[in-house]
Amino acid sequence: MSGMRRREFLGLGALAAGGALLTSSVTLARAPADPRRSRFVLVILRGALDGLAAVPPCGDRDYGHLRGEFALRAPGEAKGALPLNGFFGLHPSLGFLGQSYAARELIVFHAVASPYRERSHFDGQDVLENGTTQAHAAQTGWLNRALAQAPGERRREAGVALGQNVPLVMRGPAEVTSWSPSKLSGLDDDTLARITDLYARDPLLSLRLVDALMADSIAAEQGGAMAQSMTAGQSTAAAPAGAYAETVRAAAGFLRQEDGPQVAVFDTTGWDTHANEGAAEGQLAGRLAALDKGLATLKEQLGPVWKDTAVLLVTEFGRTAAINGTRGTDHGTATMAFLLGGAVAGGRVIADWPGLSSRALYQGRDLMPTLDLRCVLKGVMAEHLQIPARALEATVFADSARARALRGLIRS
Amino acid sequence: MQQLSSTIAANRFGLGARPGELASIGGDGRDWLRAQLTRAPPVIADAQLASSAQVLGQAFALQREIQQARRSGADVQQKLPQFIKPIYTSEATARFQQAVLTDRPFVERLIQFWSNHFAVSVDKQYLAGLAGSFEREAIRPYVLGNFGDMLVAAEMHPAMLLYLDNHLSVGPHSNVAIKAGLRQRGDRRIGINENLGREILELHTLGVGGGYTQADVTSFATVITGWSVGGGNGVFASGPPGRFVFRPDIHEPGTRTVLGRHYPDSGYGQGVEVLNDLAQHPSTARHIATKLARHFIADDPPPAAVECLAQAFTEFGGDLPSVYRTLIDMREACEQPLAKYKTPSDFIVSSYRGLSLPVDAAHGPLAPFDLLGQRTWQPGSPAGWPDRSADWDGASALLKRLEWADAVGGRLGSRRNAAELAPQLLGANLTGATGTAIGRAASAQQAVTLLLAAPEFMRR
Repeated sequence: MSGMRRREFLGLGALAAGGALLTSSVTLARAPADPRRSRFVLVILRGALDGLAAVPPCGDRDYGHLRGEFALRAPGEAKGALPLNGFFGLHPSLGFLGQSYAARELIVFHAVASPYRERSHFDGQDVLENGTTQAHAAQTGWLNRALAQAPGERRREAGVALGQNVPLVMRGPAEVTSWSPSKLSGLDDDTLARITDLYARDPLLSLRLVDALMADSIAAEQGGAMAQSMTAGQSTAAAPAGAYAETVRAAAGFLRQEDGPQVAVFDTTGWDTHANEGAAEGQLAGRLAALDKGLATLKEQLGPVWKDTAVLLVTEFGRTAAINGTRGTDHGTATMAFLLGGAVAGGRVIADWPGLSSRALYQGRDLMPTLDLRCVLKGVMAEHLQIPARALEATVFADSARARALRGLIRS
Repeated sequence: MQQLSSTIAANRFGLGARPGELASIGGDGRDWLRAQLTRAPPVIADAQLASSAQVLGQAFALQREIQQARRSGADVQQKLPQFIKPIYTSEATARFQQAVLTDRPFVERLIQFWSNHFAVSVDKQYLAGLAGSFEREAIRPYVLGNFGDMLVAAEMHPAMLLYLDNHLSVGPHSNVAIKAGLRQRGDRRIGINENLGREILELHTLGVGGGYTQADVTSFATVITGWSVGGGNGVFASGPPGRFVFRPDIHEPGTRTVLGRHYPDSGYGQGVEVLNDLAQHPSTARHIATKLARHFIADDPPPAAVECLAQAFTEFGGDLPSVYRTLIDMREACEQPLAKYKTPSDFIVSSYRGLSLPVDAAHGPLAPFDLLGQRTWQPGSPAGWPDRSADWDGASALLKRLEWADAVGGRLGSRRNAAELAPQLLGANLTGATGTAIGRAASAQQAVTLLLAAPEFMRR
């Protein structure tokens, strides 16, 4: 089914189902100029990315002995880190991010952590996504709650998750969809109409079906490129360098649409480097290179939209400051975060560096958090998506008054 | 006691009704479920399937060959995957076939539940060759036994030790560490890896928030140093290839305290003693009870139901059939039909059972699991697959199911009569609207599609 035909079908489906459910989809609002031109991409790095490897504090006198033979060399040395500000470097696999920093399109945050202070991946990710201070304290995500408060005309699909299902951070009151390419042929109009009828009394399934068809119609308008751009249902965990690139190509396809979703989310896995983490080369280096390449592709694919885009990369927590007994690192606390894009007031490292001496480490083992990740999230939501401060405090990040929004992250 | 209908027995507790199954269950689903618990657990009778020790022994040998060949410049990159991939395919196919054909689907569902509780994920080296045999060796034989026995079997299994890196974890004061002179301050090339210790506490026993600290994690990880696998490389070469080996040389000597209790160093037995105590801990009872209630009752199960299961777990000392019987006797288990949204695997298996589809090894039988986003034994993390509707009911995921249902309909054409099958599969859950839609379908193919697409088939 072509994009137009499917979109027409949606209109008919609304009538067939006898509900008002679909009416807003028939007349999709054109995006007004500002502030809704902004595009936001959230990349969740699941598994706890080692912030001391991604952004090595080469100028810290304790860094070398904590990491031993796995310490990254300073910028300028053979296989050395990429230069940031003289104290911090970037992992040598992150070439595109290095260029972005030089082009003032990247802010690096360090010694940052969510309010979560234990070491479970799964609870850590829950807190990262639910936007509260405790795991399982909310069944919706901060990004969705923010979208529900976004100014301007409400879009039918405020956000899209690249994948079959929607991660917690994007679940909630604002209508979002998910999309992944299909290897099977689409349903014919008659069967689709009958299924729509069959779901008329099932609120969940009818909503999901409409959202899916809407995402499909947007994808169809982007042509065949997106349909072939991702491998359905496949984890990017063990994937070669091209895997992220394919995901971001699909994300860019949605975000390029003027009346499409404003926000895209996707997640990546494979960062849980308990053994044989490697240094300038090795396991983690390969994964970082793939991520870096994916981000470069995202910029390329977004084209003119890049200047309005901010991409935030976050992970649930960091890893131990020292190398463990199996040439890896165990679960830790503070880590780094990246804010990238044409809309970002970049070329800066934002860190209140706590140091790595044994007394400075959190519980004697992890990088000490000195920046609440919610300060970053609130700053981006406020300046980039223009979410009102009151909403940020009341519903998006409840009980976060002490984590004040960082200002000036986005170009004015 | 409120009746537990045949529909709930077959669809929620089983793996989806096969034609005629609801009729054979009769009025009370409880008898049918209880009867499944009485004999020894079913085995997968396939002489082609190798043990973990065989697979791993061969994989280690192959790895050595590859390393040698690489030195002489040969291109041997693909040799290990070429050896392992067919093993994964045979194992996952055999499991799928068993689920589709079994007449004890409740037990099979429980095996899948426990296999997911003690999840290993095939995206790590060797694991694709081991996940199936792990389930056959460490889960399946214990599903109708005691939780503590399954716990020890799972943690000692080479697949688990490799998956969570314990085989290489070395005590800093062990003989190997001392001999290597590696105790100097700052040299951390050798030491413990806390991955397995943490996940046992967090995921397999007490549960997060179950009352343990970072010190307990580190201490327990130290206790199980030396739990390793035979036949590896270097200092890990000794011992029977591919089998559990206790290596006293890398075991950290000394008494350890875990959860306030002291465990004298008894070598390998020290870890088993901790596991035995963990198996009986009240937090473990609550954690297991919560997961069982979430799987069989509702995403957010009533607290009273969890409490009741936890009490049974404790009272019967971890005897699993007693816990299962408590579960099926509970009022909450038969209220709210269709409270659970099917996972992709549930959806596929119940479709195959309901439509009597053959699991045909020649025709890519595992493709649906890839397409619908739940590749067998690849949850991607030791937490296993999630078990709530919101994790599986994404818009794109639904469309994939519908497209697949349509493809199944297309394949079957008029060879199945969906109107006749609908009451046999959906029983008391079948609504008039679905019955009418199937009855009025434009073709036999479309009728099959609508049967699988029906809201009452998407849930259990």
